[in-house]
Amino acid sequence: MRLLIKNGRVIDPSSGIDETLDILIEKGKIVDIKPKIDANKAKVIDASRLVVAPGFIDMHVHLREPGQEYKETIKTGSLAAAKGGFTTILCMPNTEPVNDNRGVTEYILSQAKKEAVVNIFPVASISRNQEGKELTDMADLLDAGAIAFSDDGQPVQNSHLMRRALEYSKLLDALIIDHCEDKNLSEGGLMHEGHYSYLFGLKGIPDSSEEIMVARDLILAEKADARLHIAHLSVKGAIQLIKQAKKKKIKVSAEATPHHLLLDDSHLETYDTNLKMNPPLRSKEDVQALREAVKEGVVDVIATDHAPHAADEKDVEFDKAPFGINGLETAVSLILDRLVNKNIISLQRFIEMISTKPANILRLKNKGRISIGADADLTILNLYREIIVDINKFKSKSQNTPFHNWKLKGAPAITIVGGKKVYPF
Amino acid sequence: MAFKHKHLLEIRSLTLSEINTILSTAESFLEISTREIKKVPTLRGKTIINLFFEPSTRTRGSFELAAKRLSADIINFNQTTSSLAKGESLKDTVLNLEAMSPDALIIRHSCAGAAYFISTFCQSHVINAGDGSHEHPTQALLDALTIRQEKKKIEGLKIVIVGDILHSRVARSNIFLLQKLGAKIVLVGPPALLPEEFKNFGVEIDYSLDRAIEGADAIMMLRIQRERQKGNSFPSIREYRNLYSLTKMRYKKAKKNSIIMHPGPINRGVELSTDLADSAKSVILKQVENGIAVRMAVLYLLLGGKERETAD
Repeated sequence: MRLLIKNGRVIDPSSGIDETLDILIEKGKIVDIKPKIDANKAKVIDASRLVVAPGFIDMHVHLREPGQEYKETIKTGSLAAAKGGFTTILCMPNTEPVNDNRGVTEYILSQAKKEAVVNIFPVASISRNQEGKELTDMADLLDAGAIAFSDDGQPVQNSHLMRRALEYSKLLDALIIDHCEDKNLSEGGLMHEGHYSYLFGLKGIPDSSEEIMVARDLILAEKADARLHIAHLSVKGAIQLIKQAKKKKIKVSAEATPHHLLLDDSHLETYDTNLKMNPPLRSKEDVQALREAVKEGVVDVIATDHAPHAADEKDVEFDKAPFGINGLETAVSLILDRLVNKNIISLQRFIEMISTKPANILRLKNKGRISIGADADLTILNLYREIIVDINKFKSKSQNTPFHNWKLKGAPAITIVGGKKVYPF
Repeated sequence: MAFKHKHLLEIRSLTLSEINTILSTAESFLEISTREIKKVPTLRGKTIINLFFEPSTRTRGSFELAAKRLSADIINFNQTTSSLAKGESLKDTVLNLEAMSPDALIIRHSCAGAAYFISTFCQSHVINAGDGSHEHPTQALLDALTIRQEKKKIEGLKIVIVGDILHSRVARSNIFLLQKLGAKIVLVGPPALLPEEFKNFGVEIDYSLDRAIEGADAIMMLRIQRERQKGNSFPSIREYRNLYSLTKMRYKKAKKNSIIMHPGPINRGVELSTDLADSAKSVILKQVENGIAVRMAVLYLLLGGKERETAD
């Protein structure tokens, strides 16, 4: 079946295109891009007044399946992704069991094939059972379909093991993603350590716990000449380290989440457990530094760290609530409204950070670009549409977001995966 | 003189006039505890639940007596025999108790923000009797009342608070309260228990008790919470005692007639030497006595105050 997308403002950062063009899709691939395409028998999508971008890629998602299907499933997570404008998502390995072997990776991929409406790439763990002791069979996992390695929320504390992981990843040209946190420094912490943690009496997570691990990883990645991706960067000191590392041509990339770009630790006054995540919301100074890093290109990628939790789990004392917030269905509107519309970053830069760059970092050669022969994964945006975030309309199984009732301008309008419209449903 | 809050969750958000309302109400209640029949009918028919999720004898008993002297009915909810031990959530526990139509819940909990959390879904008045490392409002109020009795004023006094400031809800509530009342506050402790950022609250910080104690009008010693010292905040109790214990030698450097305070329970010989604890300079038992009047005042203003009734 052929699909023709007419009259959209096509923005493709990989080629610098930003003009009104028609796109013809056939058999899941882009087959033609021209100012005016007349295609008989093609189904037509009118994209007038809409922006057509290469499909958005979220490098940091927790889908909870297998094991915690009451929070999210591959199916519901993929629907949330489609609604949020994402055509490809990476799911983190902290499932039950942990994605540390071929069996789990294959299970996720087979569920995805059956039930998901977007592309799903599993991230396998660096260490067996995320215990930080022994490496997983990384070559076997890549062969099974894993796209990268990370111990995410249980980051490798042992520097020797991280060294070995980076060295081995070089052999495989694999990407290591690290959630940088020195667990000795952050133990028992609930929010960013500083003025507000002292004011609210909540145990702090110091910025040094992130900085130290970023520094360690950069040193090890440089010596191993390996590819390192820093997850959810949040503190000023770590940003400076990455900036220097990039000057030294260390193979490092970094992501930032919408919440770390938009909220700071002063918001925790209400002890709202929907503001509890790890890394925590940082100081105003850190938020400002992170925005600068996004502008300057020190941060490469916007990722959500979508971390669904059931309502009951969050409806407890702040100490007892799990870390993490829902992100897939709010990220695009949040960034459009708060960063693009306010001229902090351009629309082109945003698309680059949420599609082009992730595709490059993940070596997804046919994604993250609009060009003939590329996969027909497209995110079509309506920059004029005003929305009010409503947790009751979430496709995700969970509603744990601090952005409920936020009024935002700009939203995903149509999501196309492999030439097929998957949103609106 | 109106007290318009539904709950008492923290000192920080109270105004000076609200604080003075509580303190003067407390002063007027002091006399009741000296009567032969220590009871007035003010809160007759009101039901109060003491919900203590953390061990406490002083505060729990003080609230209980305060309620009884105002003729309210009060029951104690015992943590160890509660459904929490069976895995019930805090919210469910509170909702179940609320179904029994209490007028007020007095909450002690190890998590900061627990009283605030309860106030977001509950109809009764909520009184924070200490939430984690956050606040302990009635303790600060009774401390202020004690200082005012002893020194006739609070404005301009130098008050030194010594010990584990970081984990102390008593310190936080006192910082906010005594500052509003015009005192100059100096916090003292080892760096790990006294982060620099406390300066943002408008207080001075000093790592040396010997230096800070000079010219003090009141010295508030905090209990070293042995249960919270897993993090190597200082090397040993021995070393802590050498640096921060209030001894006769150190006390001599304070202003003449300066008072010694402690929220209890005391580790005798650790933060405070026994002879000082039992000396005439110690107002520790006075604090306990004032605690009842302060809690009577809080219960009265929230539950039965005439101002409230007319306001409604």
